[in-house]
Amino acid sequence: MKRTVLALAAVLAVGVVQADTLAKIKETGAIALGVRESSGALAFTLGDGKYAGFHTEMAQHIASDLQKQLGLAKMEVKFQPVTSQNRIPLVQNGTVDLECGSTTNNAARQKDVAFAITTYVEEVRIAVKANSGITSIAQLNGKNVATTTGTTSVQTLRKHEKATGMDFKEIFGKDHADSFLLLESGRADAFVMDGQILAGNIAKSKNPADFKIVGEVLSVEPIACMLRRDDAPFKKAVDDSIKGMIKSGELAKLYDKWFMQPIPPSNTKVGLPLSEATKAAWANPNDRPMEDYAKK
Amino acid sequence: MTWDWQVFCKDTTSGDAVQGCFGRGGDVTYLNWIFSAWGWTLSVALLSLIVAMLVGSLMGILRTAPNKWLVLLGNAWTELFRNIPLLVQIFLWYHVIPSIFLVLRGVPSFVLVVFALGFFTSARISEQVKAGIQSLPKGQRYAGLAMGLTLPQTYRYVLLPMAFRIVIPPLTSESMNIVKNSSVAFAVSIAELTMFAMQAGEETSRNVEIYLAVTLLYFISAFAINRVMHVVEDRVRVPGMIGGK
Repeated sequence: MKRTVLALAAVLAVGVVQADTLAKIKETGAIALGVRESSGALAFTLGDGKYAGFHTEMAQHIASDLQKQLGLAKMEVKFQPVTSQNRIPLVQNGTVDLECGSTTNNAARQKDVAFAITTYVEEVRIAVKANSGITSIAQLNGKNVATTTGTTSVQTLRKHEKATGMDFKEIFGKDHADSFLLLESGRADAFVMDGQILAGNIAKSKNPADFKIVGEVLSVEPIACMLRRDDAPFKKAVDDSIKGMIKSGELAKLYDKWFMQPIPPSNTKVGLPLSEATKAAWANPNDRPMEDYAKK
Repeated sequence: MTWDWQVFCKDTTSGDAVQGCFGRGGDVTYLNWIFSAWGWTLSVALLSLIVAMLVGSLMGILRTAPNKWLVLLGNAWTELFRNIPLLVQIFLWYHVIPSIFLVLRGVPSFVLVVFALGFFTSARISEQVKAGIQSLPKGQRYAGLAMGLTLPQTYRYVLLPMAFRIVIPPLTSESMNIVKNSSVAFAVSIAELTMFAMQAGEETSRNVEIYLAVTLLYFISAFAINRVMHVVEDRVRVPGMIGGK
């Protein structure tokens, strides 16, 4: 009985893991990168434990910079796939040291974790059939609007309805492919989602010319790498590495590679040019949460 | 980590905490939302259970009928619905079949998921009802018929009263399963508990609290069904028969 209590206490104690990540990496000779399996061109899996994408490759660059900084001759880079539901607990309990995927930096999360400087600014947009004649969110009143369960876009739509008194008939896909299918099959008149996810799904569709992204930007969300809170030296090391990549043009090269060139597995282009908002974030590196963007 | 149960008092659009935790005048808090989601879960589960019990019993009975075409129909139904994974069936009903029969596009997804889940479970109930009937000695059926009862009367007054009593325990499991399986309804845009958990978790970043609350509600729902079935089992008990004292 006593042993069970002790074991339980040990499990609970994992919650307050030591905050010195650099020392941990040096000691163990390994870093655990949190990666996503289907976050569009930002981060995705190729199967067989291989991970790719803009933020995944950026994380690998950060890892090799950390290795140089720590003077380690050998450092193992472990990939740990995470989901929207488990990514924050896994960073907090030390399973993952650095998570670079599609995590929005917002005030609620900043209470639990810290964020590196923003490396991508996501804009929530509307995808419609090219021949639908819809050009603005105002035309979606009373229409069927698809979006994906478990994304901030659901809340964005809800806020928009409340603010404008409009009424969307929302249909929630269980994943992005499902939501896109709703648009493709005509069940939904529009698909509201992160711009790069819309662009990626359109690029992969049977006939990309049938769809287009229209209308105003509904929400702006800074996407950044996530790390443990109260670990200033580690955050500085990660931020410096990213700033170095911005300065050397490496980050812009990575962006071009993943968003403008054909990418695996289907060798199609996402075709989403670098947005003004992302350019601005690179020009003035910062870790401001989403709420600051909304105020502007 | 630290707990933050206040998350349920927050308004779902502004994110501000609301006094008393229940929103008023069209404002919705996460607490309002979780109860509405619970309602959807229970509605889907209970209506599917009715469909499953009716269709499942019918198919189970057909499989024991002395007519090879009826047996074939019952067997075909059962094998069709129990050999396809539930989530795949939902996908077929929602995306594939309506693209073949365009009329079905107008069917609300709630009706669709009730029938999809009902038919899936009916295959399992059919199997249990069949097993219940077949567990009775053959002489029972013959005795009924020899008494001059018609075949339907033999089923109604001799076979089914005993068969159903025998299969109450597996039917209890099936009824509890349907509550848990109703979570697939999120895939067709029903705002039930699983959808709530995924969505509210993303919005509030308090996944652990949200999932704990949802887990508790699933447990309460399934356990309530368990208790109800226990009472039923107790009330219909007949001395001298299986399960009787």
